[in-house]
Amino acid sequence: MKLKSLNRTSSFALIVIFLFGVTLATSTEADEPQVNMPAPDFTLKSRDGNNLRLAEEVGNIVIVNFWASWCGPCREELPAFEALYQDYVDLGVTVLAVNVDDDSAKAQSMLADMDISFPVLYDPNGDVSELYDVSAMPTTVMIDRNGDTRLIHKGYKSGDEKQYEKAIKLLLRE
Amino acid sequence: MVAQEVVVVVTKYALLATLLFVSVTTTGAVLPEDRSDAMYHSYSGDGVTIDGPSILLRKKVGNTVSFSANYYVDTISGASIDVRAQASEYQEERTEATLGADFLHNKTLVNVSFTNSSENDFEANSYHLGISQDFFGDLTTLSMSYSRGEDEVRRRGDLNFLEEAQRQKFGVGLTQVISKNWIMGFNAENVSDQGYLNNPYRAIRYLDDDSARGFAFTTEIYPNTRVSNAFSINTNYYLPYRASIYGDVRYYSDTWGIEASNIKLGYIHTFGDAWIIDAHVRFYQQEQANFYQDLFTRADEFTYMARDKELSTYSGMSGGIGITYQWAFSQSFFLEKSTFNIEYDYMQFDYDNFRDVTTGEAVGEEALFGFSASVIRAYVSIWY
Amino acid sequence: MKSYSYRLLIIAFLTLICSGCANTLTALSDIEPWVKPYERSCLADPIMSMNRNPIAAAYTKHVFEAREGARGADGGAGGGCGCN
Repeated sequence: MKLKSLNRTSSFALIVIFLFGVTLATSTEADEPQVNMPAPDFTLKSRDGNNLRLAEEVGNIVIVNFWASWCGPCREELPAFEALYQDYVDLGVTVLAVNVDDDSAKAQSMLADMDISFPVLYDPNGDVSELYDVSAMPTTVMIDRNGDTRLIHKGYKSGDEKQYEKAIKLLLRE
Repeated sequence: MVAQEVVVVVTKYALLATLLFVSVTTTGAVLPEDRSDAMYHSYSGDGVTIDGPSILLRKKVGNTVSFSANYYVDTISGASIDVRAQASEYQEERTEATLGADFLHNKTLVNVSFTNSSENDFEANSYHLGISQDFFGDLTTLSMSYSRGEDEVRRRGDLNFLEEAQRQKFGVGLTQVISKNWIMGFNAENVSDQGYLNNPYRAIRYLDDDSARGFAFTTEIYPNTRVSNAFSINTNYYLPYRASIYGDVRYYSDTWGIEASNIKLGYIHTFGDAWIIDAHVRFYQQEQANFYQDLFTRADEFTYMARDKELSTYSGMSGGIGITYQWAFSQSFFLEKSTFNIEYDYMQFDYDNFRDVTTGEAVGEEALFGFSASVIRAYVSIWY
Repeated sequence: MKSYSYRLLIIAFLTLICSGCANTLTALSDIEPWVKPYERSCLADPIMSMNRNPIAAAYTKHVFEAREGARGADGGAGGGCGCN
């Protein structure tokens, strides 16, 4: 396989242009739920078998967390949400963990092993994930008492729960 | 010019260019998982047994860095065909230690590592830098690598013998998620060596009427540079039930005239959550180096001469199976999961122009050499 | 490939990039990733990993490299859960 050798400047230029183009392509932000706009309503089956509708939670601060059993950071994050839930549930804060596993049985067996007391909803077809244009796993959306989206946090690194706590305190003061 | 120029230049400048783009996106990728492995490895074939342990430790510190250490030992005993042709059995030990660190910044993962390999007549140090970047919703991964190695070659029984060799490797890779079930990758690597590149114990044979056997041995003479290029494509496909098929193809060529290709196909099947079985086959074939010959007519026939069977024309096949048993622990336990694994491979090598001189047949008409080997890996892994 | 036609190919490519820069990049950014982060359950499965058992793979690679003339281009990265 013989190729004519590219001189260094044009190789470098080609690579820079390619990377720039690809990076631009990566940063699509179309149709995402915008902050300070009403959060899209949805109804999903929960862990105890009943349907749960987001609109019924108006009046509470709602943290919607999209997670999956196969996602390491998601699994790490759940105990942190449990701690926040225990601290703030009496003040009108709730966590809705939306599980996106194709096969909910996997999530159920994982939950059987964990101490999770907040509602877990199942979205096996990805309808709500698509509605919220989930672009990272996990994704956390904080919704205020009026049903407006106030914070969208992508990913999870240990220590992020402090940011959530700060946001909860701010929203509680409103 | 040749493809090697492209690979080298692309990698060098792409490494630099990617560093410029590390902060563009606001989300990130993940560090390698925390794990420890303890493995027993064994190779047995061609009259030689090589076995020993390999231990890996890996741990994240904070959110941005993961450290790893690997300790590996080869204990070699027996005599391969090369040794049987000339001398007697020997025992040797090689120890290799690697220290590495992975750094994560948004969607860029940088890996640096240092490896030292040491035995009584050979010492090698190598440095490695790798960068990988996720693009396009994490569907595309671009990776680049650079390694540098320095070898010190000695010869048992000859205190004055000391030679050196240096190596540089440039690699690029692109992996693309094609669908929910299918991923494909492309890799290219350019390796260039210079210095003393032959094995000081390997010899060429030449016709010698004065010798009892009809031939005599003298040390090989290799060129002191070698540049090679390899290109490979690999793929993994997830089947409708929990199983996958995978394969890879590689094409190789270098400035010594060696051209080689290999293909590997594998199938992974699972039973429940706990059992994973992996079955695979691999075929390899290569064309000899320009300066290779099984028998030369005289000791100084050419400027470069080799009789190392690794440079001959030959084909190899290997088939193997691996079994993994996994147990997962409760979420509150300090271990996440643990596996016990056994892997066995059978390898067959058949040489087209390397002869077995121990058979005592007519010079230049001895039977072509071939051998088989069994390779075993048994290891325990834990994730925490 | 003749060096003349190859040079032409490079010039054509660079021209396309430079003149259609804005159009090309806009078009590129309209392509949405076709596998969403929440659809990666199969890709995240260890059996789809390119490097499920690193030290066993490194050992096998060493066994072949020590006995074959060929070396290089036998790595792989990417796929996986795509988390964070």
